Amino acid sequence: MLAPVSEADAGERALVQLGMESARRWSAFAGELLDATGIDVGLREHGTLVVARDADEAAALEREVELRERMGLETRRLLASQARALEPALVPSLRAAAEIPGDRCADPRALCGALALAAERAGVVLRPGHEVARIVVEGGRATGALLADGSTVRAADVVVAAGAWSDLLPGLPDAARVPVRPVKGQTLRLRDPAHDPALPLLERVVRYEGGYLVPRGDGRYVLGATVEERGFDTAMTALGVYELLRDASELVPGVLELEIEESLAGLRPGTPDNAPVLGRSTVLPGLVWATGHHRNGVLLAPITGDLLAGVLAGDGDIPAAFDPQRFSEVHA
Amino acid sequence: MSADVLTIGGQDFSSRLLLGTGGFPRMETLAEAIAASGTEMVTVALRRIDVQARHSLTDVLHDCGVRILPNTAGCFTARDAVLTAQLAREAFETDWVKLEVIGDERTLLPDAPELLAAAERLVADGFIVLPYTTDDPVLARRLEDVGCAAVMPLGSPIGSGMGIRNPYNIALIVESAGVPVVLDAGVGTTSDAALAMELGCDAVLCASAISRAQDPVAMARAIRAGVEGGRLAHGAGRIPRRLYAEASSPMDGVAQALPADRPA
Repeated sequence: MLAPVSEADAGERALVQLGMESARRWSAFAGELLDATGIDVGLREHGTLVVARDADEAAALEREVELRERMGLETRRLLASQARALEPALVPSLRAAAEIPGDRCADPRALCGALALAAERAGVVLRPGHEVARIVVEGGRATGALLADGSTVRAADVVVAAGAWSDLLPGLPDAARVPVRPVKGQTLRLRDPAHDPALPLLERVVRYEGGYLVPRGDGRYVLGATVEERGFDTAMTALGVYELLRDASELVPGVLELEIEESLAGLRPGTPDNAPVLGRSTVLPGLVWATGHHRNGVLLAPITGDLLAGVLAGDGDIPAAFDPQRFSEVHA
Repeated sequence: MSADVLTIGGQDFSSRLLLGTGGFPRMETLAEAIAASGTEMVTVALRRIDVQARHSLTDVLHDCGVRILPNTAGCFTARDAVLTAQLAREAFETDWVKLEVIGDERTLLPDAPELLAAAERLVADGFIVLPYTTDDPVLARRLEDVGCAAVMPLGSPIGSGMGIRNPYNIALIVESAGVPVVLDAGVGTTSDAALAMELGCDAVLCASAISRAQDPVAMARAIRAGVEGGRLAHGAGRIPRRLYAEASSPMDGVAQALPADRPA
């Protein structure tokens, strides 16, 4: 999802700004990838509905709308009937809704494929499936990566973009590490066997307390997601699946007619303040971080690329809110 | 004045505010809220977390230096609660457990018979049991009778922020309890916590009111002040409620200043 407004939190203003800026770059980013690779990354401009199923949720939604108004983020209150006119599959007992027209979605799998291909075409050598045994540190400087097959890749700068595993990479001195942890999310990928392109179950992303439904536009839907502090566990659980389907079906009853194509538990790279870790390590020269994107990896892809390109070319600044050393006092 | 110490299960606490750790928007905010609240003991839902995970909940709590009180959140039967408490004992190396046995998913109200059965078994197994209970004075008494180290009546349902719906029952529980009474669940803001303490509760447990506030750290500070204020007020002896006003300065012997043209 490309949802800087839905995800906004009053305590994370720098992150909201980064997300908004990245969202502005997304259309051009998708266009560039299409030109370079011919791959459509599934950017959908239909916007997002946030819906409330009862009075309690309506009150909570109103508080969220007011917060976004104070932050200057575009959000529109809708009557339940207005929301259902936009998305007739919403449950008739719907209590309230808000529309966030600027929050969109894209297909993360298509995006990864397109980025890999575009990189290769630009001359990047990818080594897929090669585990990094350790970061090579010589003379107080990161100089490359030793792969599990014994070969070494040397580099002037080593960018660590290892997601939830970023803190596990061997070879780094403790002082250079960043406190990234895995935050588990269970999701289901659903498919509508009766999909009618003219009359899909949902057009827009629908969000609610406990989850979201993202339409891919071709009859496939992503139903997410739990948020669990369970280390590197990626088991799908009965409770997780039950809660995902219960909440989704209470708001979009038609979800129960879909087929389950896939269940997937992934690990978000979380940091203590939920913001990414971007830029040069001041502890270990040659080491550059691009990790900790938590729930916003796809949204923040274009801005991360632009900021890191600036850093590597030596002419870019990164806001202090994302500095790799910002946790060092807490985790000394 | 001697230090106002709270003793539960033989352990002394100078803070009378317990914190739940669920629902915080950021790990960093959890740590800051713990510091701001002054709490010495926090609850953790064992079923929901991996105790060993680096940079996750356990690490953050250890860094904060607070005592961990595992709870059995998510358990619907005495069997599950006992099992979870035993797992928690191994995972956290503590005999203490906040016992929750939920009877209804929508209200998350305690299931009284299952709660009592689980409490009895856990006490027999050597646990220091702090049961989350309804505000029923008889049930609270029975929990104490089976050997619980404290009773934790609800003010209103978990996460509802509805405050103390039946102060009369809480006062009855306090009056008859021989173990500490910790008001658990329902606190929405500072005044709720202050009221609990004014009613004579020994401590307050607060989770959503802090973790889901727009500024959790400021709310932690506020509720701490409420608990401290309520505790002081309880000890200070409030005035009786009166139907009519009573001037705070005595009227007797005050010089009469009357207009000159009116006879005295």
